Amino acid sequence: MSTTAELLKGAAELFPDEVVTEAHVRHFDLPFGAGRFALITLDNGLDHTKPTTFGPASLANLNTAVDQVEKEAAEGTIVGAGVTGKPFIFAVGADLKGVELLTRHEDALAIGKGGHEVFKRLAGLAVPTFAYYNGAAMGGGVEVGLHCTYRTVSKAIPAFSLPEVFLGLVPGWGGCALLPNLIGADKAVSVIIENSLNQNKQLKGQQVFDLGIADAIFEGADFLEQSLIWTAQVLKGDIAVERPTIDRGEAWDQAVAKGRFIADGKVHGAAPAAYRALDIIAAAKNGDLQQGFDAEDQALADLIMGGELRSGIYAFNLVQKRGKRPAGAPDKNLARPVTKVGVVGAGLMASQLALLFLRRLEVPVVLTDIDQARVDKGVGYVHAEIDKLLGKGRINQDKANRLKALVTGVLDKAEGFSDADFVIEAVFEEIGVKQQVFAEVEAVAPAHAILATNTSSLSVSEMASKLKHPERVVGFHFFNPVAILPLLEIVRGEQTDDASLATAFAVAKKLKKTAVLVKDAPAFVVNRILTRFMGEIQNVIDEGTPVEVAEKAVEPLGLPMSPLVLLELVGPAIGLHVSETLNRAFPDRFTVSPNLAAVVKAGKRGFYVYDSGKPELDPEVAALLQQGDSVLTEEQVRARVLDAVAQEIGLMLEEGVVAEAQDIDLCLITGAGWPFHLGGITPYLDREGVSERVNGKKFLAPGVASVPA
Amino acid sequence: MPRTVRDVVFVDGVRTPFGKAGPKGIYHETRADDLVVKAIRELLRRNPGLDPKKIDEVAIAATTQIGDQGLTLGRTAGILAGLPQSVPGYSIDRMCAGALTAVTTTAGSIAFGAYDAVIAGGVEHMGRHPMGEGVDPNPRFVSEKLVDESALFMGMTAENLHDRYPHITKLRADEYAVRSQEKAAKAYADGKIQQDLVPISVRRTSPEAGETGWGLVTADEPMRPGTTLENLSGLKTPFRVHGRVTAGNAAGLNDGATASIIASEDFARENGLPVKMRLVSYAFAGVEPEVMGYGPIPATEKALAKAGLGIGDIGLFEINEAFAVQVLALLDHYGIADDDARVNQYGGAIAFGHPLASSGVRLMTQLARQFEEQPEVRYGLTTMCVGFGMGATVIWENPHFDGGDK
Repeated sequence: MSTTAELLKGAAELFPDEVVTEAHVRHFDLPFGAGRFALITLDNGLDHTKPTTFGPASLANLNTAVDQVEKEAAEGTIVGAGVTGKPFIFAVGADLKGVELLTRHEDALAIGKGGHEVFKRLAGLAVPTFAYYNGAAMGGGVEVGLHCTYRTVSKAIPAFSLPEVFLGLVPGWGGCALLPNLIGADKAVSVIIENSLNQNKQLKGQQVFDLGIADAIFEGADFLEQSLIWTAQVLKGDIAVERPTIDRGEAWDQAVAKGRFIADGKVHGAAPAAYRALDIIAAAKNGDLQQGFDAEDQALADLIMGGELRSGIYAFNLVQKRGKRPAGAPDKNLARPVTKVGVVGAGLMASQLALLFLRRLEVPVVLTDIDQARVDKGVGYVHAEIDKLLGKGRINQDKANRLKALVTGVLDKAEGFSDADFVIEAVFEEIGVKQQVFAEVEAVAPAHAILATNTSSLSVSEMASKLKHPERVVGFHFFNPVAILPLLEIVRGEQTDDASLATAFAVAKKLKKTAVLVKDAPAFVVNRILTRFMGEIQNVIDEGTPVEVAEKAVEPLGLPMSPLVLLELVGPAIGLHVSETLNRAFPDRFTVSPNLAAVVKAGKRGFYVYDSGKPELDPEVAALLQQGDSVLTEEQVRARVLDAVAQEIGLMLEEGVVAEAQDIDLCLITGAGWPFHLGGITPYLDREGVSERVNGKKFLAPGVASVPA
Repeated sequence: MPRTVRDVVFVDGVRTPFGKAGPKGIYHETRADDLVVKAIRELLRRNPGLDPKKIDEVAIAATTQIGDQGLTLGRTAGILAGLPQSVPGYSIDRMCAGALTAVTTTAGSIAFGAYDAVIAGGVEHMGRHPMGEGVDPNPRFVSEKLVDESALFMGMTAENLHDRYPHITKLRADEYAVRSQEKAAKAYADGKIQQDLVPISVRRTSPEAGETGWGLVTADEPMRPGTTLENLSGLKTPFRVHGRVTAGNAAGLNDGATASIIASEDFARENGLPVKMRLVSYAFAGVEPEVMGYGPIPATEKALAKAGLGIGDIGLFEINEAFAVQVLALLDHYGIADDDARVNQYGGAIAFGHPLASSGVRLMTQLARQFEEQPEVRYGLTTMCVGFGMGATVIWENPHFDGGDK
């Protein structure tokens, strides 16, 4: 048994549940008498909904296939060898479940080495090798092809990426070393760093070809046939593959510098993966591939044993799995059909909601408000947005006509809601107003209609309390901008029944939102944590810490924006309002900042001015600030803020606001854009020791978002 | 409104390699629609002068029009092949003469002026759609003795044809079959066939049938080069005890697809498309369903009469070899020798296979190649027998004809 085979056998023993990919070898004659060819098909034996992955046993299978092909190439019985995938899938890289199980640095190192040892053999055969990217290719799937002499890509493939950095890894089976040497450092940085950090942006087939990753592109209908005909022509010398010369001069260094700039902008140095990848790309400039592969092995092993990757995988699974099967949601068969939607209010939020319901549910949506002008404005907003979609080519004229015809506005709720199955209110945040609105709706809407509220801070139970049928009231809390942020907090009031809740979840699914079930508690999840977080920042500023110190203190977390920029986005007035609400609920922990109140009172929309091109504290705001004399360091501020967040989350879990810490993290990722490398926040609080310091225990069991014990 | 009948030409034709139907066949895991789609795409690649927007119709034949051969295949195959949505399509069925009928029906429309250029072809995946799948014959056929019970079983109708012509012995049929295999092998060796084949990628997941994974098919699977009379003499006669029809002197059960471009001659010339054959006449004829192999005789009589030609004017024959006996019956009728050099020069369906509704265009593609090679020939014909007692014949003129005397 070769050392590679032994290495993989050892690794396979650690991962008994691997979904094993076979590597089938099939021989045939190429067209034009080009000779006998061996084609390896990567196939896990399941349909396209279960993409092919590489775990250790899968790599061992590929290794065995390469043994055979290598021998045939050496003996001269084949003129070339290729690799392709099952229908619609090439291969989507390493099996992350196997990565999660690794507990020792040397095992992690073995996985990196194992992949390299197998893939690298494709470059060392006595005949040219070809990769045919027939379908989705990610990570190790992309990399196996990079080791081949030539590549073709299908125009039909929807997803091609090196997503490792997005998760907290580096492309570690050759990607970092090979890609810049194939297409140049600048394009490689775009694929490995920029796309990954840009919400794991995928390339389409045409882009793969345009970037120079593939040497030829063919349409999906007869992709493999045309690839093999092309192969025959290449092998016969009828087609000469030409690739542009790589600029190994200053452009290389500039590309790496650009990559660092992008990484800094996204993670602020808080997650190591992008920087490790850039180091390898930088070193790959000398063209020494083996040196690059060795560096990849080290980086992979280090990252696999690090908390950021474990948090990344945890976060990825939350979004992909828990986000699609919400914890605590009732049996979906209880859901009632929703064939018409009512929206109370025709302001901006209500209009955005109307647009969302309209686009996703494609049922009649009727807006109501207190006067015709407001109603007209709301409907006008929706029509204008539909026209924008039409203008961008996102929908065609027929669809635009359909959607416009579906949205109407009336003054009379009885006329609008008498046959609505789902009515959502987005009126002024005042409990009396909301109770009044629901009472009016209940009087005219069908008995089964769901009454939903988009309140961000009021009690859903209280809102329902005066109704004849409070069991059909649910909280339906969206995040701004509604069209972009995926989170929807679904709030179960004290009397909400299962059928209403199931209907709410069914609607959320159709709206393509990530629904999380939350208890009817003040400000629910995201706003409560963000407010506590912001409140602590404001506290330290109020007590005397300079604004820039407070802001910089949380930079190492790599949040999407600084606290005060976030406050500006939310609006200081709204921020103040929520802090007042929470202050009433929990006066011992939530403060109302006098400085914030002063800023709001002065009518300021934010803290910064951007006249110089970068944010600078607005002198008018600076003049308003009344600070104490307690000046903290960045470390001290960070500790205080994180302690506060850990305490709040601990209390929320005790109160049962959500089922588990996982739901908190899912909310923060999808509702506040908190990063994968923090795993939302609880994995970070655990690994930094904050949870134990504050609550005496970790939020998550070992191995959930960390290296298993 | 006065109308002028326009000349109709065969521009080009291609086909997939033919496979053996069944779990071990090359196309066992390949969809029928994909086969014909790939043939259409190859046809368009080979004829860049044909602007896809100018295609007026896609007529695709299949005998069993369900599943991947259903859903108005001509339309769906056009969309799947990437033709513009403005190009319409429809499906055709005349069993074995499906593709032939796709050609003649669209040709008639071209002559009338309704179309300028069309795609016509056929597909049959007899592995996915065995003969008789889903049929529901009206009980009156039997109760009123409208047809003999053997009419639905093509092998039995071939035995019936042997009964009608006792001088067509099993030996003659076997000798004919051996020659068909020899001619086909030679045509392959000479590269006559491959030039019109579309390579097809095929997947195999079951190891019983051979190596698994993706492969590429570039040659007909049913071929049995080197077949001898001895090999054939011992084969079973599955349709009748002590019968004459065997797997060796008949076409098998096969999978495959064909496609052709048919156009008005003016359109072809204006668009720089090749003109490989010019349509002279066509005819279909019905006979007793239980001797369906007799069909080509009256069909050819009719087609010749319409063309004002005699059998002596025909310099090349492409006769579908559903059964050797049916070819021999036609040859005997016209006093043509079993081994006449004008007949099936590249061999026939006994060697290549006969995926029912696709075969007509294979005959045309081969005749077109023979026309190119033999400019001394002026006329040729393609003919086939058709289930339930029919025959179909198309007479073609060689545009390369150089005035020679054949």
